[in-house]
Amino acid sequence: MPQSVDKILDHAPLFREPEYKEMLARKAEFENMPPVEQVTQIADWTKSWDYREKNFARESLSVNPAKACQPLGAVFVASGFERTMSFVHGSQGCVAYYRSHLSRHFKEPSSAVSSSMTEDAAVFGGLNNMVDGLANTYKLYSPKMIAVSTTCMAEVIGDDLNAFIATAKEKESVPADFDVPFAHTPAFVGSHVTGYDNMLKGILEHFWKGKTATPNGSLNIIPGFDGFAVGNNRELKRVLDLMGVDYTILSDVSDQFDTPSDGEFRMYDGGTPIEATKNAVNASATLSLQEYCTPKTLDYAASFGQKTKSLHYPIGVGGTDDLLGSISELTGKPVPEALELERGRLVDAMADSQAWLHGKTYAIYGDPDFVYGMARFVLETGGEPKHCLATNGSKAWEAQMQELFDSSPFGAGCKAWGGRDLWHMRSLLATEEVDLLIGNSYGKYLERDTKTPLIRLMFPIFDRHHHHRFPVWGYQGGLRVLVTILDKIFDCLDQDTIEPGVTDYSFDLTR
Amino acid sequence: MSLDEGTINDPTLPERLIAEVLEAYPDKSRKRRQKHLSVSTTPDAEEKADGALSECDVKSNIKSIPGVMTIRGCAYAGSKGVVWGPVKDMVHISHGPVGCGQYSWSQRRNYYIGNTGVDSFVTMQFTSDFQERDIVFGGDKKLEKIIDEIDELFPLAKGISIQSECPIGLIGDDIEAVSRKKKKETGKTIVPVRCEGFRGVSQSLGHHIANDAIRDWVFNQEGAEDKFETTPYDVNVIGDYNIGGDAWSSRILLEEIGLRVVGNWSGDATLAEMERAPKAKLNLIHCYRSMNYICRYMEEKYNIPWVEYNFFGPSQIAASLRKIAALFDETIQANAERVIAKYQPLVDAILAKYKPRLEGKTVMLYVGGLRPRHVVNAYDDLGMVITGTGYEFAHSDDYQRTGHYVREGTLIYDDVTGYELERFIEGMRPDLVGSGIKEKYPVQKMGIPFRQMHSWDYSGPYHGYDGFAIFARDMDLAINNPVWGLFKAPWKKEAA
Repeated sequence: MPQSVDKILDHAPLFREPEYKEMLARKAEFENMPPVEQVTQIADWTKSWDYREKNFARESLSVNPAKACQPLGAVFVASGFERTMSFVHGSQGCVAYYRSHLSRHFKEPSSAVSSSMTEDAAVFGGLNNMVDGLANTYKLYSPKMIAVSTTCMAEVIGDDLNAFIATAKEKESVPADFDVPFAHTPAFVGSHVTGYDNMLKGILEHFWKGKTATPNGSLNIIPGFDGFAVGNNRELKRVLDLMGVDYTILSDVSDQFDTPSDGEFRMYDGGTPIEATKNAVNASATLSLQEYCTPKTLDYAASFGQKTKSLHYPIGVGGTDDLLGSISELTGKPVPEALELERGRLVDAMADSQAWLHGKTYAIYGDPDFVYGMARFVLETGGEPKHCLATNGSKAWEAQMQELFDSSPFGAGCKAWGGRDLWHMRSLLATEEVDLLIGNSYGKYLERDTKTPLIRLMFPIFDRHHHHRFPVWGYQGGLRVLVTILDKIFDCLDQDTIEPGVTDYSFDLTR
Repeated sequence: MSLDEGTINDPTLPERLIAEVLEAYPDKSRKRRQKHLSVSTTPDAEEKADGALSECDVKSNIKSIPGVMTIRGCAYAGSKGVVWGPVKDMVHISHGPVGCGQYSWSQRRNYYIGNTGVDSFVTMQFTSDFQERDIVFGGDKKLEKIIDEIDELFPLAKGISIQSECPIGLIGDDIEAVSRKKKKETGKTIVPVRCEGFRGVSQSLGHHIANDAIRDWVFNQEGAEDKFETTPYDVNVIGDYNIGGDAWSSRILLEEIGLRVVGNWSGDATLAEMERAPKAKLNLIHCYRSMNYICRYMEEKYNIPWVEYNFFGPSQIAASLRKIAALFDETIQANAERVIAKYQPLVDAILAKYKPRLEGKTVMLYVGGLRPRHVVNAYDDLGMVITGTGYEFAHSDDYQRTGHYVREGTLIYDDVTGYELERFIEGMRPDLVGSGIKEKYPVQKMGIPFRQMHSWDYSGPYHGYDGFAIFARDMDLAINNPVWGLFKAPWKKEAA
């Protein structure tokens, strides 16, 4: 009997006990699974160049894509505004999925409501769901703002949010002057980064439409969809405060996804104040930290005469230099000495460890801006970002990546793969090995199949805790990314040299 | 910190809480919601004779109200996420936009043994990733192409299921025609499933549709294996999804009493196990809600009886083993007694260790379609008391069965809303809440211990005797962790 109260075995050890091994062997007799030789043969073939070519010839099937759908981005960005409830118009299962997805990453509550449309609404439209739904949400959850987005169901049947919300207000679901911004966020267009853009633009449009801007010298900063937002936004604010900049972060989720445990559940916490959002129309400039999260929003800001600029996830030395340089350029504030000191410390750390980083090869996947920023940092360390993949990356992104590769001798032989998925990545890793893989939790399957050590630096991270509470942006964040990479390198090296009397001649105390 | 206000001492509290939460709704919604909330009452004589402890009378399986933060999912979740997703040697296409498959990817912990990507595919996300042109021009051509690509790249896949997302039914695609055509071309099982998320009111209709798809597209197919040699002890386990290995810690017991499990649906299942099911002598059903449909069909069509059982906690395990054995001969019955006796020392040791730490602790549950009642006795065995329970997607027959598990005065909530659940928990201050990932963090913020009771909070198995040890340990570690005592800063404590 494998189980005993003195040493309770859960799933991992339990099913390796002899009783269970025998049981599973007996079960196999009923399964009609293919013979072992055939499985081995096919398994080997899936790692061949022949398979890679067939895999890349795929036109219709997507396997293990590294992207989500628009409303996830909409729910994320809306949660970064003061007491804002996301109301997603369409089928209800979708909302259960967004909430679960965000909670699993942040280990935090994630609140959003659905208009719970069913078959009758598919036939007659979801107007009643909007009218009743807004009334319920307003009454039950006391929001200051309800941000409406859509699931693909509502988009396919063509529900008109503008008209529906107006009708709901006429029917007094919410007060006439209550803020109900909206955005159409069809899941069959773009990805979660597109939804971020659409919803943010929808919120700004709601507050800014018809206004005339009076530039006041302040700066709007848009962080973009970011799993590390809790740590990153706080680091960003620290940097901006050090620079003495008057700023508004447009959608700041850092408190919403990091509420304390003190006995009280805060459905809403922090976020960009509604007043600040209104006033943000008067900013002199808007800076996006992720280009692909904000194309429409930046155009909209520009239409008010604001200067606009976008970066690619400010990670590492050059990425942070660009961030500070851009803030300086857009506000006229110089970069203070304190930050220059931080820069020097990051460079110092990189210099101390350069021997371990030089020439290391990487595969990187994730959202387009993350992949760009991460690859840029890898190049700075003397690493080679061989395979860079973004399922939601476009041809234009591929060209930007190529430009980046061309800017460094370490970029030779590196390639960007837009529109490809993690099954493509599997072929790349199997046929052209690299030392390290940078991605998210889904990458653990690639780690298993190709033995490429995985570093988790991208949303979503389900199987490691609390990484998002620490920044990866700025020079301070750069240090943390650096240490994460180095730890992985050293841990792998130790594991590789740990066998007593066999490999442990290299089990060095000092490295 | 949650020990101060026990609910057991205040029998009027549940009623008061119901009245209180209903107050918050607009009139129209209040009328609808009040039918879903109640306190279990004294059963009538007939029910009592039938073994009921209480009567749980609420409306169920009705549309959720818009805008209230229902915890429910959709039909796709019920089909792909629950019934079909665990079938390991088939590829399950999330047919439509990318999100549904992405959010449900690897989240149900249906354990399986296999070479993923080669002969097994459970923890992979296959999707047609619909784009605007697919919505406008239809997705059938793309689906055909996808099936060809799967056939080429995953040659050991035994079949394919097509899990419809919302747009499929709205744009008029004919996935059945595509399936028939491709089945002919590839010779493999292709199963179209009409589980669009807007169908029905919850996951539940998805289960039903998925069951029907097995009936229509897996059973009685030409060319299916028929050489299988049967024995008088052949059983199917139906409705065990092998969460954290549940089906394995169950199967080991069934084998020990001398039965031969010829199919497990659908955790760690293969297509062959499903095809062969009609040859078994008996269907053992664990999750009644999600798979009773196919059992009823097999009963009607193949004369296979079915019996519900419950492998949560020693008292239910023993009762279930006896109930199952009673349907076989004396050898099996003797085996059952032997197995129960064999595990009794383990049970005694578990109870000796954990019962003193857990006795009298109160628990509120809110789970899917089975566990809100099925786990009650496992808690009971540990001396814990259920003070509130409810289902996301139960039907009236589930609530009827619930009366056999919970005592009078239990707070009952059907399709509870975020608002209600928060208020109920706040008011009842149980020692433990068992629910899902969306509920976990709000509850923990309130200082109340929590266990996810869909995924076993990344632990498990919880089924069987081996699982009960883990269950007891997990409830203890949740409740008796020192972190709950750290919530208030010392200077705040003094002030209070």
